[in-house]
Amino acid sequence: MKRVYSKEEVCIACGLCQVHCLVAHSESKDIIKAYKKETPRQPSRIKVQQKGSLSFPLSCRHCEEPWCVYSCLTGALQKDPESGIVTVDAEKCVGCFTCVVACPCSAIIPDFHRKKAVKCDLCPHLETPACVANCPNQALIFTDGATPVGTKVVAETAAGR
Amino acid sequence: MARKHFRYLIIGNSAGGIGAAEAIREADKEGSLAILSDEPYHTYSRPLISEYLAGERTLEGIYFRPADFYEQKNVQPILGKKAVALDLAGRLVRLESGEELTWERLLLACGGKPIVPPMKGDGLEGRFNFITLDDARKLRPALKKAKEAVVIGGGLIGISLTEALVKLRIKVTIVEKMGRVLGAIVDANVSRLEEARLKKAGVKVVTGHTVQEVVASADRPEAVGGVVLDNGQKITCQILGVAVGVSPRGELVEGTDIKKGRGIVVDRHMATSHPDVFACGDAAEAYDFVYGVARLTPIWPNAYIGGRVAGFNMAGKKAVYPGGTAMNSLGYFGLPIASAGLFDPPEGNGYEALSHLEGEIYRKVILKDGRIAGMAMVSDIGRAGIIFGLMREGVDVSSFKEALLSDEFSLASLPEDLRKRRLSQELASPISGGGK
Repeated sequence: MKRVYSKEEVCIACGLCQVHCLVAHSESKDIIKAYKKETPRQPSRIKVQQKGSLSFPLSCRHCEEPWCVYSCLTGALQKDPESGIVTVDAEKCVGCFTCVVACPCSAIIPDFHRKKAVKCDLCPHLETPACVANCPNQALIFTDGATPVGTKVVAETAAGR
Repeated sequence: MARKHFRYLIIGNSAGGIGAAEAIREADKEGSLAILSDEPYHTYSRPLISEYLAGERTLEGIYFRPADFYEQKNVQPILGKKAVALDLAGRLVRLESGEELTWERLLLACGGKPIVPPMKGDGLEGRFNFITLDDARKLRPALKKAKEAVVIGGGLIGISLTEALVKLRIKVTIVEKMGRVLGAIVDANVSRLEEARLKKAGVKVVTGHTVQEVVASADRPEAVGGVVLDNGQKITCQILGVAVGVSPRGELVEGTDIKKGRGIVVDRHMATSHPDVFACGDAAEAYDFVYGVARLTPIWPNAYIGGRVAGFNMAGKKAVYPGGTAMNSLGYFGLPIASAGLFDPPEGNGYEALSHLEGEIYRKVILKDGRIAGMAMVSDIGRAGIIFGLMREGVDVSSFKEALLSDEFSLASLPEDLRKRRLSQELASPISGGGK
């Protein structure tokens, strides 16, 4: 399946992926309204991980072995058997955040204001996920990982499988 | 007497049973499969009975799977019927109704039953458990006339019940035998933070005491009017909730050759001592990766994962239980708590505890030989998953242990090989050999 992969050698931790993720998951889809009018603000589903000069954004890996799905108390988290996408049904989610503890990447974000777990949905309403489309350094790639695209992380991933 | 045959028979319609049914259907679309439960309901989420009781969710709102789940998965639900006997030689289960079900592979996912401490005068109207939907349904009408409740047990179930009662404007006193609430899963610092939240919500917390006697109401001798504690203290209440915990439902295997400790003993394939009988969830003693032995870890995710492993093996696809440990995420009275494994280091065995406490923010990890054996996070639980993942995989964290408690802790704090593995989502211990 197509996933979002990051290239740490060109990520500069500018945080634009987070900004555009937030906007893509807002009501208005308008950057100013999303930040200034919609309260509480939507959390970004992608988070820049940083240590010194090392940085890379991280969002849900849509794991083959989705511990979050297995751990969900309500049935809100499901992995689509066709697409492989892991989704959370906001209606069913009660914000117990067991998934937050179960995810080995901490890629599920607890939205304490709404009492809902939120996560990367790969932007089903867009052709390319907002984080990928708006990265100024092309540090994010949306690929099925089976085709090496000449980047370190993806090539290693493909080779390692 | 009517007899039906199934290739797969699952007893239990909760996390473990559903986990198994889903795995069986991934491996075998055709083999006949039945789920038997003495509860008459569509599969529902037990932890949500609190929300149901508080009136925040309807019955349909706590369904664990869609209403057409059994049809979709080609499962025959046999609900509201109780298994009373297991005959291993004849490979059959006898129901209370007299019907008999024969099977080729059997899963015992029958859960736990409430522990009720002995109390003088017990048996009055107004005394409830809080494990099943039926418990919540019986409680609901009784709450209309009630003003005060006593909840015995300050653990997960007790606090969950308390939260629902507080939402319904009932005054609650928690009576906990141990010196603190949540004493079975977190350390004293976390207990203190939770107790402060409880008190702020108007809940009285009595620790270090037990209920000795249940007293009848003055105007309704058949109903609860109050309790007397072991120190003689009297507390008026119209509702008495018993939430001390659960013990495995293992009655079915009694008198059979299936090995039982406190729960039904299973191996890493979730098989019992009989090769075609499996068990999981609250009924079973399964591998705990912190302790390195099979023991009771009665939590929802372990039931589901254990059921999933059992299901694959029942359908002939080898799967190994990676192990589970006591892991919980709580949010009672608005305080997020994530915890897993040990909460205090046992004395003198090369254990090391690292912690950081600042107001309601708390982080703690317990290390044993460089590996994480326990963790607790309060308030800021956002990165608890990375730590629990390291714990589950038994990763040696010695080289970056200080970072675990840092404000800046993230995947970037991990050594390169491990970080790359996380990003490519390769797993150290997959259970099902990969899916889509």
